[in-house]
Amino acid sequence: MSDVKLAPKPLDRADERVRNDDSLTGAVRLFIDRVRAGDLGILPVAVGLVVISVVFSSLNPVFLLPNNLVNLLFDCATVGVISLGIVCVLMLGEIDLSVGSMSGFASALVGVIWVNMGLPLPVAIGAALLAGMVIGFVYATLYTRLGMPSFVATLAGLLAILGMQLYILGPTGSINLPFSSPLVAFGQLLVMPAWLSHGLALIPGLVVLFGGLNTAKRRRAAGLTAIPLSLLLIKAVVLTAALQFAVWYLNLGRGVPWMFGLFVGLVVAMQYALTRTKWGRSLFAVGGNREAARRSGINVRRIYYSAFMLCSTLAALGGVLAAGRLASSSQQAGTGDVNLNAIAAAVIGGTSLFGGRGSAWAALLGIIVIQAISNGLTLLNLSSSLRYMITGAVLAIAVIVDSLARQSRATHGRG
Amino acid sequence: MSDDNPPKGELLLQLTGVSKNFGAVSALSDIELEVHAGEVVALVGDNGAGKSTLVKVLAGVHQPSAGEVRFMGKPVTLDSPAKALDLGIATVFQDLALCENLDVVSNLFLGHELSPWRLDEVQMEVRAWTLLRELAARIPSVREPVASLSGGQRQTVAIARSLLTDPKIIMLDEPTAALGVAQTAEVLNLIDRVRARGLGVIVISHNMEDVRAVADRIVVLRLGKNGGVFTPGSSNQELVAAITGASENAVSRRASRKAAEEHHE
Ligand SMILES: Nc1ncnc2c1ncn2[C@@H]1O[C@H](COP(=O)(O)OP(=O)(O)OP(=O)(O)O)[C@@H](O)[C@H]1O
Ligand SMILES: [Mg+2]
Repeated sequence: MSDVKLAPKPLDRADERVRNDDSLTGAVRLFIDRVRAGDLGILPVAVGLVVISVVFSSLNPVFLLPNNLVNLLFDCATVGVISLGIVCVLMLGEIDLSVGSMSGFASALVGVIWVNMGLPLPVAIGAALLAGMVIGFVYATLYTRLGMPSFVATLAGLLAILGMQLYILGPTGSINLPFSSPLVAFGQLLVMPAWLSHGLALIPGLVVLFGGLNTAKRRRAAGLTAIPLSLLLIKAVVLTAALQFAVWYLNLGRGVPWMFGLFVGLVVAMQYALTRTKWGRSLFAVGGNREAARRSGINVRRIYYSAFMLCSTLAALGGVLAAGRLASSSQQAGTGDVNLNAIAAAVIGGTSLFGGRGSAWAALLGIIVIQAISNGLTLLNLSSSLRYMITGAVLAIAVIVDSLARQSRATHGRG
Repeated sequence: MSDDNPPKGELLLQLTGVSKNFGAVSALSDIELEVHAGEVVALVGDNGAGKSTLVKVLAGVHQPSAGEVRFMGKPVTLDSPAKALDLGIATVFQDLALCENLDVVSNLFLGHELSPWRLDEVQMEVRAWTLLRELAARIPSVREPVASLSGGQRQTVAIARSLLTDPKIIMLDEPTAALGVAQTAEVLNLIDRVRARGLGVIVISHNMEDVRAVADRIVVLRLGKNGGVFTPGSSNQELVAAITGASENAVSRRASRKAAEEHHE
């Protein structure tokens, strides 16, 4: 024994069986262990995106041109917002199959109230969001009070809401929105000035760095281990470099769409709510073990209400954005592959269909994958029959990856 | 822990005529039970005697079919687990009721997170470590999902959780069933400490030795009915007779057989 006084062991390293993973190599090793155990995180998406870019740009170089990517981001925002709501209900192990219809109905409401009835645009948008809230409330009531499986309730809702959409649109079936209006400009034209987009792209890196430093300081003060500065710096620098490059590249074209900015803002807010608030923690708990959550004093019913209402409301918002994007409210809005794309995006991004696992980033990354595929296939002039088949296959693969990862987690004892 | 605990000996919990039916099965009928501050009541009985059901009724998980529950003198309806927790009745369930997908810290603080709009993870982690250390827990990392813990580690987490909310009564449903020697001793010590602090404790166990070591009173349940109240001084025979409902029972037969065998040698 040397008589040099050792610094007291941090609380979370007191057990001798715990490997010291605080160094850079330790972090890498931890990541590899996680992936092996089926905690894939965003890995499948990252791999998927690389594969997609390579394949499509080799088939048609237009795919990677700045302006095509700008278009891609415009398209991402509408379905992405819907997908964000899907993440909430999937987290509980439930599903909402009517988000497509909901978005179509919302877009129809905007057309009818704003254009046909001549009321101000904010009123029309407010009414659409309110309709979303009400429908989510109905689903949650059917589920929590009558025990109706969300699968069935929302399948019925899919038809009923589509019916309402067709009903309020009337025989003409389509309403054109004025091109000069702010909604259409937002959906088709408005991009951020270059300086602003570069400035905004600095924020994530700064948050990672200074937020991380702050947490590290508090953890050390409390006698816990903390992430080393080097790792924080690397994270922040890589993130900033990647974002600045992306923004620079997009600015070679039209620039970063405001609508995409709105979507990212919603994703960040949702991620915060999921990981840093009591509500988010309760959502994970109810999705993981409903009875245990109830016995911990969580108001399970209220969690279901919040998730279903948030999902339908975000679907309605997605519908409003889609109306702006297409400059019309039509019978086709929200039909076709909107529903499936929204759900597929959440699952591809890593939200489990079995509940209790997921993140808001899932919606962002997943929708980029989905839209990239759809955009690439459109550029190849493939018929919609082939496009449906390919998108279907991608969804199947995503669910298979989810199931395999789940099995792997079970055998590795990670829930 | 708060200092506004009720004075020792005050009647905390009083059950009169509590019954619980599951369809045709009456799991509990006409149960009487009293728990005082600073008292450890052991609840013993055979498998299926209704011990866990009684605990769940008091935890607000099941609603009683009949009867009255009084808490600190006032009649209360325990219509949800949240209500029971708010009143100060904390429970370690036999099936533990943990969320496997969440880590140890999240499970400990579930439903009672520090600063709900900006979770204070650092503070929660520190308190988690302090609490687990008090219980001599052998948990290598509190940031792993509970799914990866051993049975005993999970039980320790469940016990630690019941202490977090400043309860007035703690109910432990077979808290030491999966614990190692040191951890069992720590839990028994913990029960002693909690009693000294003036809390009421209800503990369920099949281990008569442990029961005798900590209990002030031993309440026997048999087939959903009160089967008598005993002191820790009562003989094993008396207790077993009350639990099985006959002085002639499997345990006594085995004992007399052993005695006879020894006699023959
Ligand atoms: N949710 C339920 N639905 C129907 N019957 C139930 C339910 N819960 C308990 N029972 C019945 O109530 C009776 C008492 O069960 P309980 O779990 O309270 O027994 P216990 O005394 O805790 O037994 P053990 O020592 O095995 O834990 C049993 O006959 C059981 O089958
Ligand atoms: Mg039991």
